[in-house]
Amino acid sequence: MSETIIKLENMVKTFSGTVANRGVSLEIRKGEIHCLLGENGAGKTVLMSIVYGLYQPDSGRIIYRGEPIVLRSPKDAIKRGIGMVHQHFMLVPTLTVSENIILGQYPPWKILRQMDKVETRIEKLSREFGLKIDPKAPVHRLSVGEQQRVEILKALYQGVDLLILDEPTAVLTPQESAALLHFLKEMAGRGLTVIFITHKLEEVMQVSDRVTVLRDGRKVETVDTAEVNPRKLANLMVGREVLLEQPPKTGAEGEEVLSVKDLSIDDERGLPAVKGVSFSVKSGEIVGIAGVSGNGQSELALGLTGLASIASGEFRLCGKIANDLTPRELSHLGLAHVPEDRHKMGVVLPFSIAENFILHDFDSPPFAKNGFLRTGTITAHANEMVGRYDVRLSGVEQQIAQLSGGNQQKVVIARELHRNPRLLLVNEPTRGIDIGATEFVRRQIAAQRDTGSAVLLISSDLEELFALSDRLLIFYEGRIVGETPARKELIEEIGLLMAGKSMETNSVTK
Amino acid sequence: MQLLRSIGQIIVRPTAAVAVALLVGGILLIFAGYSPLTAYGVMWKGAFGSMNNIAETLLKSTPLILIGSGLAVAFRSGIWNIGAEGQLYAGAVAATLAGIIFTGLPAFILVPVVLVAGALSGALWGGLAGFLKVRFGASEIVTTIMLNFLAIIATSFLVTGPMIEEVGKFPQTAQIAEAAHLPRILVPTRLHVGFLLSLGVAAVTYLLLFKSSRGYALRTVGISPDAARYAGINVGRGLLAAMAISGGAAGLAGAVEVSGLTFRLYQGISPGYGFDGIAVALLANNNPIGVIFTGILFGALRSGSEVMQMNAQVPSVLVSVIQGVVLLSAAAFGVFKITITNKQNEE
Amino acid sequence: MEPLAIITFLAAVLAATWRLATPFIFTSLGEVFSERAGVLNIGLEGVMLIGAFTAFAVTFFTGNPVWGLVAAMTGGLTCGLLFALLTVSLKANQIVVGAAFNLVGLGLTSFLYRSVFSGRMETAREYHSFSPIEIPLLSRLPFFGEILFRQNIMVYATPFVVLAGAFLLYRTAFGLSVRSTGEHPRTVDSAGLRVGVIRYASVLIGCALAAVGGAYLTVAHTNQFNEGITSGRGFIALAVVVIGRWSPWGAFFVSLLFGFFYALQLRLQAVSGITIPYQFLQALPYLLTLVVFVTLRKRAAPPSALGVPYKSS
Repeated sequence: MSETIIKLENMVKTFSGTVANRGVSLEIRKGEIHCLLGENGAGKTVLMSIVYGLYQPDSGRIIYRGEPIVLRSPKDAIKRGIGMVHQHFMLVPTLTVSENIILGQYPPWKILRQMDKVETRIEKLSREFGLKIDPKAPVHRLSVGEQQRVEILKALYQGVDLLILDEPTAVLTPQESAALLHFLKEMAGRGLTVIFITHKLEEVMQVSDRVTVLRDGRKVETVDTAEVNPRKLANLMVGREVLLEQPPKTGAEGEEVLSVKDLSIDDERGLPAVKGVSFSVKSGEIVGIAGVSGNGQSELALGLTGLASIASGEFRLCGKIANDLTPRELSHLGLAHVPEDRHKMGVVLPFSIAENFILHDFDSPPFAKNGFLRTGTITAHANEMVGRYDVRLSGVEQQIAQLSGGNQQKVVIARELHRNPRLLLVNEPTRGIDIGATEFVRRQIAAQRDTGSAVLLISSDLEELFALSDRLLIFYEGRIVGETPARKELIEEIGLLMAGKSMETNSVTK
Repeated sequence: MQLLRSIGQIIVRPTAAVAVALLVGGILLIFAGYSPLTAYGVMWKGAFGSMNNIAETLLKSTPLILIGSGLAVAFRSGIWNIGAEGQLYAGAVAATLAGIIFTGLPAFILVPVVLVAGALSGALWGGLAGFLKVRFGASEIVTTIMLNFLAIIATSFLVTGPMIEEVGKFPQTAQIAEAAHLPRILVPTRLHVGFLLSLGVAAVTYLLLFKSSRGYALRTVGISPDAARYAGINVGRGLLAAMAISGGAAGLAGAVEVSGLTFRLYQGISPGYGFDGIAVALLANNNPIGVIFTGILFGALRSGSEVMQMNAQVPSVLVSVIQGVVLLSAAAFGVFKITITNKQNEE
Repeated sequence: MEPLAIITFLAAVLAATWRLATPFIFTSLGEVFSERAGVLNIGLEGVMLIGAFTAFAVTFFTGNPVWGLVAAMTGGLTCGLLFALLTVSLKANQIVVGAAFNLVGLGLTSFLYRSVFSGRMETAREYHSFSPIEIPLLSRLPFFGEILFRQNIMVYATPFVVLAGAFLLYRTAFGLSVRSTGEHPRTVDSAGLRVGVIRYASVLIGCALAAVGGAYLTVAHTNQFNEGITSGRGFIALAVVVIGRWSPWGAFFVSLLFGFFYALQLRLQAVSGITIPYQFLQALPYLLTLVVFVTLRKRAAPPSALGVPYKSS
């Protein structure tokens, strides 16, 4: 086709013992959209961070436009026309769009007198590429989609020839994703080279010219997209036949465990985040909450677990009004909560695994007696739990920080399910963990439902919602804008609802 | 194995830090025209040369161990109490008042009354900063520093005004009742039972922090307030408790100084124990058992340096430099793994 | 008091306000840079003392306060280098290092003062500090003349230094990177800038200015040194930064407010016929700091990454 813009030879990168890349070689052609496909932990992001100069490889060579280069920092990469849009945006929330775009573009002594000149240039760029944005707006006021536009504009402002995007659609609605993919195709048509990191097969099929599959830090294969199908890609990615379906539900639905009426919750800045929602969850069913993250789901989870106060309305747990109950009282009523952010909330990283198992029960029997911790019991309990939930570790006295994300999440799941809750609230249960742990966690959640618990599942991963839920509630700007059965065929409709384009005919629960 | 490693952490690195500090102090001594060997020799003898010197060293360690144990609780709970100095003064004032007012009581009642008065007063003074933090989100670093100034100025006011002794014209209070004096434990030295009390307080705070449910809760608050809330722990109450405990320990130190050593209150009753106590706690990696050792180390530096000033005419302020450099090199050697974790509490 | 006496009193208080605010202005302006880049330095008191002592010693021997000032800045930069080495490069806890700086600052300056100067003190040479410069004509204005136009050069310099600081922070690429570093260091890293370098620079600015703030006390405000001469001003400067919401002009005006508290307290002590115990007046600045701090604190948001060491990978 055309010439090679960048070539990686035998890239190796190790982080304190764990190998992220084990000798990956890769060739990217000028003007192509090249997908990098792989599971979480396959080494995609690390490889591309090396290309962007964020990490230095242990060994291996980068050949860019025919010359071997060394990238000591992103500055070297940017200078050569390599740009990257990270999965977690690299934007300073307190600064304006234009300040964010010019950060790092000028030598330190440069006087930024003519911001309006910069702004004009940004406006021109944004018109030229159809990325509408107000250069004067502070970034924290922008929606997630707009922030991504700023990231792309930043790269364009720098004059990129090679643009790396790391899971750019993870935070977008299906429609926004489609628009982004369309935009990238157009840019590729103008000569831009795009490397697109993803684990979504459909995106690969839609957008890419070629695709490289990574598994376990190694390159499996590079293929022309036109010559493969999703099933083949999935096999390459996982290395075996994947079971995409979950076991069917076995139990029956029972009485209402959670009922929510006109519930409103403010976010931490005091702005309304959940605006008068009503729904219920019965025992034996999994209700999924779908929506682009940041539409009130986090606040809903905090409100229902006693971690944020209720602004108005009410919710009942097992028939009791639960608005003003503390997290502890709620848990006595039968609530278990797998929180969204594992590191911030779910585990105490410097504590041992054993200590993490008693996070809710550190002051009650059998783990405490007369105010003192009973170390023997605590250790025994932990040993039993890690065996039952297949947590891979060297000992329960080990710091939990030393476990992989998947094993940490297994500890959380084990701790919460062990309480045999009436209501299980799980928020992003498989975010950032490997596919083995993901399967395990999902099976546990389904099994818990089948024993008669009510489950409220919040996830930004539609795939996961379809796999687990019995029905879906769609959140948009703090409201429930629709309720649908969890059927994959409805993805179009769900996507529109997630984008706030409610159709007249949807069945809004009221 | 675990034990060996933790002993290594508690002993080896701080020892190296002390060595670096003595080296820096030595260079300073040479620069100022003293012989470091002579000076350090005098200092060592001053700290440990005789029974009496040892007793004086332990006397100086007593408030440091008390304060350091309390601060270990505060720092482990993620609250930066810089106000132990003020809390010590608050305790000393209350203890003096109790010792002057309740003169009729027998010793076995009065001594506890004096000590409890001091501890309570310090707990309140520390708790005030805790309250301002929990209620208004005011950074305890700033408020405790201000409360230090206020307590010291208030003491100055009391001993020059309302509480000044009736006879004599010195800015100091009358003597507390004889029955309020702490018993001596190593006659003829001045060492009193307060030293044993400080060891007891260190042991109790150790058990509290690492062996009790309350301590589990406090440590969780200190590492991750979000996880603590999730675990059903009342974070605000935890911070308040940590401030009150550390304030109480500092207040107790003030009471012990008054009832064990000075028997009256005057300005400058503490030569900065509250600030040294911060270093004592941090150097022990906020472990109260370690505090016993770092407290004795700093006590020895202080008492040795006083003798050094007397016998070798080397200014005793050198000890602040040595203490500061101990902290700096300990920080450089990575003794402290704690980071500021209280951001989430600041609404 | 008579109306005229009140006006005279007020003029004296206000004139002293600016003078007494000056060390706060320098020190807190510097700390604004440091904290904006994400580094909290509670060792300001120690750095100020080192600045005060170096300025004193060099002026004492050279007879020229300008050299004293230069020496103080050098001392401040050395402190900054050490602070940054420990907290930025070695990622040591900033509070620990700050607390140690206070110990070392007090100990070192007192030790050197006693051992180098104690013998000379009987013949304590007077040295010339920066003396007030009367602005022709303006200094003769009634009321305002005394307040605004009979100050020394370091006092006059403050608004210009703050202006320069604000310009640097808000109008240059360097300032943009400083503001970004305290909020979101990873972004700065990803933009190809060096978080460590920016933090070093900011800490150096912070410590140099704190040393100048301390030097002011020995080469402009008085012409002598005594142990612990800063008497807690470094701690007040920390509060000033927070109350001034991490902005240079905020720090300037809040410093003036504290200067006013100090001046009022000092002047009231001098007024005869007032029977309040002097300790009440002494306590005033601290009490007001506490009140202002607690009541204003709620609306301000510190830089998100303040106090957090940055690990690049």
